Amino acid sequence: MDITLMYYLIPSLVMFCCGVYGFITRKNMIAILISLELMLNAVDINFVVFNRFLFPGQLEGMFFTLFAIAIAAAETALAIAIIINIFRVAKNIDVRDLTKMKF
Amino acid sequence: MESVGSIIMYLIIALAIIVFSVLAVTTRKILRSATYLLFTLFATAGIYFMMDYQFLGAVQIAVYAGGIVVLVVFSILLTSKPGDKAEKLASKRRAIGLLAAFAMLGVSGYALLSRCGFFAQLPAMGDVTMDQIGDQLLGTGQGGMLLPFEAISVLLLACIIGGIVVARKR
Repeated sequence: MDITLMYYLIPSLVMFCCGVYGFITRKNMIAILISLELMLNAVDINFVVFNRFLFPGQLEGMFFTLFAIAIAAAETALAIAIIINIFRVAKNIDVRDLTKMKF
Repeated sequence: MESVGSIIMYLIIALAIIVFSVLAVTTRKILRSATYLLFTLFATAGIYFMMDYQFLGAVQIAVYAGGIVVLVVFSILLTSKPGDKAEKLASKRRAIGLLAAFAMLGVSGYALLSRCGFFAQLPAMGDVTMDQIGDQLLGTGQGGMLLPFEAISVLLLACIIGGIVVARKR
């Protein structure tokens, strides 16, 4: 049995679809953030695997993943700051209850 | 032809990714969800190690599994009581989510499986040394990544300031 490119793309695809499902169905903001992390991670796997299989010796895909990880860390930190602030004001982080800015 | 060990390793990693990512979005306890996310991230780091990108695997474990998950767990503990459960999903909402996920899985899976060109063998590659990574990450020549690197540093600074300003108590 040979482990080809396809064998790495399928788990990553499943991971991305799980992220989509969680993003649609979850109501807790942190759970939505977790789904977002799953999706980002699936894309990172694709970058690395394509780079390794199609362009071995070059490192562009790896660097894209490095930058994606850095941006994901920044985004998570900021999102959690916002979530904590919302919790302080509304005592709740359920997306259905956060309607204060609607008119 | 791969060795038996690497096939077993691959099976474990692929199974862990699929099972834990499904569990992370279906479990009703939010803290468990974060734990399953941690396992998924570890399995991803395993894939990076299998691809011979040791540096990237180390970064994945240090930043994602070590940094982001800790941050998420902290904020979960700050915002919800232990033992809190999410209420059961309304069937309509679950149906919409399942529809979106399976439609995407079907379309992308079909597109993937119908392209035989992607069935490539793992090509040989020498170890990526830190020399190579550093040269290219801070290089300005062919494939150099200096500009994105500097942009990321500005982004991180903005993120630090933004995080402090947003979360500060007034």
